[in-house]
Amino acid sequence: MAVRADDIPVPRGRPRLAGRVREWLDQESILGPVFVTPALLLLVLLVAYPFLMALYFAMSNAFIGRPSEFIGIRNFVRLWDSDAFRQTFQNAFVFTGIAVAFKLVFGICLALLLNEQLWFKRFIRGAVLLPWVIPTALSTLGWWWMFNSLYSVVNWTGIAVGFMDPPGPNWLGQKYYAMTAVVTVNVWRGLPFFAITILAGLVAIPRELYEAAEADGAGPVARFWLITLPLLKPVLAIVVLFSTIFTFSDFNIVYVLTRGGPINSTHLFATLSRVVGIDTGRIGEGAAISLYLFPLLVFVVWAQLRFVRKQAY
Amino acid sequence: MAVAKRPRLRKLTMHLLLVPFLVFALFPFYHMALTSLKQDRELYDRHAVPLIIRQGPTLEHYGKLLWDTEFLTWTKNSLIVTVLATSVSVVIGTVAAYALARLRFFGVDTFGTGIFVTYLVPTSLLFLPLAQVVNWLGLGDSKWALVVTYPTFLVPFCTWLLMGYFRTVPKEVEECAMVDGATRIQALLRIVLPIAIPGLVCAALFAFTLSWSEFIYALTFTSSSDQITASVGVTSELIRGDIYFWGSLMAGAVLGSVPIVILYVFFLDYYVSGLTAGAIK
Repeated sequence: MAVRADDIPVPRGRPRLAGRVREWLDQESILGPVFVTPALLLLVLLVAYPFLMALYFAMSNAFIGRPSEFIGIRNFVRLWDSDAFRQTFQNAFVFTGIAVAFKLVFGICLALLLNEQLWFKRFIRGAVLLPWVIPTALSTLGWWWMFNSLYSVVNWTGIAVGFMDPPGPNWLGQKYYAMTAVVTVNVWRGLPFFAITILAGLVAIPRELYEAAEADGAGPVARFWLITLPLLKPVLAIVVLFSTIFTFSDFNIVYVLTRGGPINSTHLFATLSRVVGIDTGRIGEGAAISLYLFPLLVFVVWAQLRFVRKQAY
Repeated sequence: MAVAKRPRLRKLTMHLLLVPFLVFALFPFYHMALTSLKQDRELYDRHAVPLIIRQGPTLEHYGKLLWDTEFLTWTKNSLIVTVLATSVSVVIGTVAAYALARLRFFGVDTFGTGIFVTYLVPTSLLFLPLAQVVNWLGLGDSKWALVVTYPTFLVPFCTWLLMGYFRTVPKEVEECAMVDGATRIQALLRIVLPIAIPGLVCAALFAFTLSWSEFIYALTFTSSSDQITASVGVTSELIRGDIYFWGSLMAGAVLGSVPIVILYVFFLDYYVSGLTAGAIK
């Protein structure tokens, strides 16, 4: 078939426009904003705007399916009259404090062990990290079964070993045991993050420092306190800050394991806010409860920006 | 002899010390899988040893889960939501990360800080107002609500992770291409992205894992049996008044984790590197 003149593309109006767009997009001051726009739109519409809504809800008597009125900070103040809220406030600090402390201490131990010469290194790392990648809601179901009041395998083992008297504690039905259970699952799930991140920090410490210290007669304990710990500090700071905010705002574990019970003794802000905001429909009050997470978030962001990013660059 | 023996003894001690950690990490999974394979008769026998199967394994619970419940629908929903949310977020995150890592323009620093701040915002802070937004969009009780809202935490994560990767790609490589007449977009597509493939894989893996595991949004924004995801379906629909449901409940927890486990086995190293990169950079 012969090629007709019409088939040969001739640059006309449109290609010139395309060329101009191309040239335009090659400028950093234009390409930058273009590239950033989708993310920016998303964050403004679905993060910043809902946040403002949360502020408004929290200062209104919003109730599902009813027009709301502005009532100022009355929600925030009135919450303190509620036993459930005061208990939740206390729980949040107890839960976060204990869980983060355990994760930090065990995380350092585990990282030190993982940093040794090991057989099956890949397998061990894979096993250690597993609790962190499996969907929390599902793995917590496994724990729920392990803490079952009749068939608890924890109690069975405890009794078999002689740690517990039959029938053993009713883990999810008694106040302090329930908190212990919730903290245990949180530590179980969060430990891999600590261990693997701290391990990365350990690997980065120059070997020569240890060799020099050993030559000067420093034992393993001295080397840990004088070299390892000080040099790990930046990594530890990041991990603790990160974990604090995500432990404080935890929802999945408590929701699946105890639903906040018995008698609110394991409720956290997120779970109480769901009960009040969704189950009973008092959106205003629910939003006020979840906004109690905000001051801690501000602190963590401030600390990260102030100390951590400065070191990273 | 003594010198040669010592390191081996040390190695052995280290392995012994690791055992409690490994048991702690793995036992819940072992017990879950075991329960899902046990016959009811043995499962609810309080005199039986709960650590092993004595009376022979059964697939009865899995059968019940697959044929008598909507489990397959929930899994399909999870897959749709996860694949779509992940793809959208990786694309949006890639261009934003490139802009943050390489381009200088008005407001770039503010935007970078904004991304970092939203990266730290927990999902439990905003689920109430987001539920309203979802209703206004006409997506109440629909899995599409999840496709729309999951990028709010996936995009900051992907952007942050990829920004770190793009910074490790030497600027010169790209500049060479541009000197040879490539535009910035061509340089990005043909030079930078191929080099950053490990980073892209990592971002996609984490985004997939995060959205597959997401729970509070899925629980709040969807409720009908044909719209919920696997996590929500297993935790809410399988638990009925009847107490003899543990076998299929554990089967659901096992099967609901399978996609993540498969990815995990193949891409373990990416998980390890992504975990440290995400936190430190």
